[in-house]
Amino acid sequence: MKLMKTLPLTATAALLPTLAVAQDAGVDASSDSIFIFNSLLFLIGGFLVFWMAAGFAMLEAGLVRSKNVTMQLTKNISLFSLAAVAYYLIGYNLMYPLGNWSIGADETGGYLGAFGPALLEAVGVGRDAADDYGYASTGSDFFFQLMFCATTASIVSGTLAERIKLWPFLIFVIILTAFIYPIQASWKWGGGFLDSQFGFLDFAGSTVVHSVGGWAALAGAIILGARKGKYVDGKVVPMMGSNLALATLGTFILWLGWFGFNGGSQLAMGTVGDVADVSRIFANTNTAAAGGAIAALILTQVMYGKVDLTMVLNGALAGLVSITAEPLTPSLGAATLIGAVGGVIVVFGVPFLDKLKIDDVVGAIPVHLFAGIWGTLAVLLTNGDATFMGQLLPIIIVGVFVFVVSLVIWVILNGVMGIRVDEEAEVNGLDTSELGMEAYPEFSKG
Amino acid sequence: MKLIIAAIKPFKLEEVREALTGLGVRGMMVTEIKGFGSQSGHTEIYRGAEYAVNFVPKVKLEIVVADAMAEQVVETIAKTAKTDKIGDGKIFTLDVDSALRVRTGETNDDAL
Repeated sequence: MKLMKTLPLTATAALLPTLAVAQDAGVDASSDSIFIFNSLLFLIGGFLVFWMAAGFAMLEAGLVRSKNVTMQLTKNISLFSLAAVAYYLIGYNLMYPLGNWSIGADETGGYLGAFGPALLEAVGVGRDAADDYGYASTGSDFFFQLMFCATTASIVSGTLAERIKLWPFLIFVIILTAFIYPIQASWKWGGGFLDSQFGFLDFAGSTVVHSVGGWAALAGAIILGARKGKYVDGKVVPMMGSNLALATLGTFILWLGWFGFNGGSQLAMGTVGDVADVSRIFANTNTAAAGGAIAALILTQVMYGKVDLTMVLNGALAGLVSITAEPLTPSLGAATLIGAVGGVIVVFGVPFLDKLKIDDVVGAIPVHLFAGIWGTLAVLLTNGDATFMGQLLPIIIVGVFVFVVSLVIWVILNGVMGIRVDEEAEVNGLDTSELGMEAYPEFSKG
Repeated sequence: MKLIIAAIKPFKLEEVREALTGLGVRGMMVTEIKGFGSQSGHTEIYRGAEYAVNFVPKVKLEIVVADAMAEQVVETIAKTAKTDKIGDGKIFTLDVDSALRVRTGETNDDAL
């Protein structure tokens, strides 16, 4: 139907030498295509980042013991769903107030965004009625941003695996995705004070997403305590993951999803420059992951005499986190090295946490927090617009905010309902004790 | 009759089986086991944390043969399973009072 309508119009334009009409049609087509391609980038990027939820689920299912796999999967699908609704009802407008700050202002620095649920454009919206015709559709933006919020929550679940109760964890997820993540994200991506006053640069969220998940996980791990039998007589007792094939699949899925995470964060694809930049970002993101994996591969061989696959998987992810704050400006070589440093951080970060008796089941704190801090500082290496204090202070401000608020919430949850299962339930496994359902029933003792 | 119990390295099982059937041994019982001897385990590292593997996987053979054959069987197992590295295993020989083939009711050497 639309084609029928436009055909006579273009025919007339071609026949009559009315330049103005022809130009208008050209402008419309070109600005339409900018709108369309920008929205398309958000949609493709969004569903790739969505797929990272599957990556986290598989990585965690593989790295927990088989008696806790059903619980880990339950947490992963539940946290994603709750994040989706929390972000719609509260998070989105808190993160993107579009100048309507509850506390602060665009010019002087915004601190607390707007309250109200996300609203989409009308069905079949036209050029005139689109919220931002010069940019992209609201639905695509909401969809894309929602996935980042859910990613933050996914990070937390891995650290706290194998001993936390389901419902306190899910309540924390709601608070994290409705308030903690959107508030601090508004400070940078919503045009708040970290963006306007500090000149903070964090392209796709080494700090805004990954460190935030890491800080929340760290606070939880401290309140929750280590798994029973993890630290005995000053020694670290390894608790082997149940399925390294799933853990590897999960890592590859995350790697794939990261192209949407970083590539989509170009936030535009309607011009030659933007598409070329998205392409740079894809290539840099990939090579950073490779650098992280190779660093862990070589380092574990040298340090332990044998390669540790779980460290190589963590190394690839740390490489990805490291490049996330600035995936555009580095050369391929620089991106590889930035990722490789992330891999090194993980190989030392995992035993370091064990020394502190902080039990992080999947290594999410070294991967997302430690490498996230490194990645945020690494912006200084390749982006001339970054300043040292402009990077360092926001890392500290976001860290203190997220860690302290998370700590308070974990303490409250622990006091009100207890966040940890009892000893017997932990030993028997959360699958049977909390859910009465096993992931691998045919292998159970009976 | 003698019962020969041998704990050997799992990867040597097929070679030992071939050597013994070549000798005329007509049956054996095989169990996958874990254990330790002088080798007394080893250490591995998982995510930076060292841990001891106290029990090493082995294969246990149980073979009942006529007295005359026992020595040869022990020698063959020892020769075939040997790698000259620690953890090659051990072989024990015990006396057997009786044997019975369930299907036919044959006893002792006839049942083997």
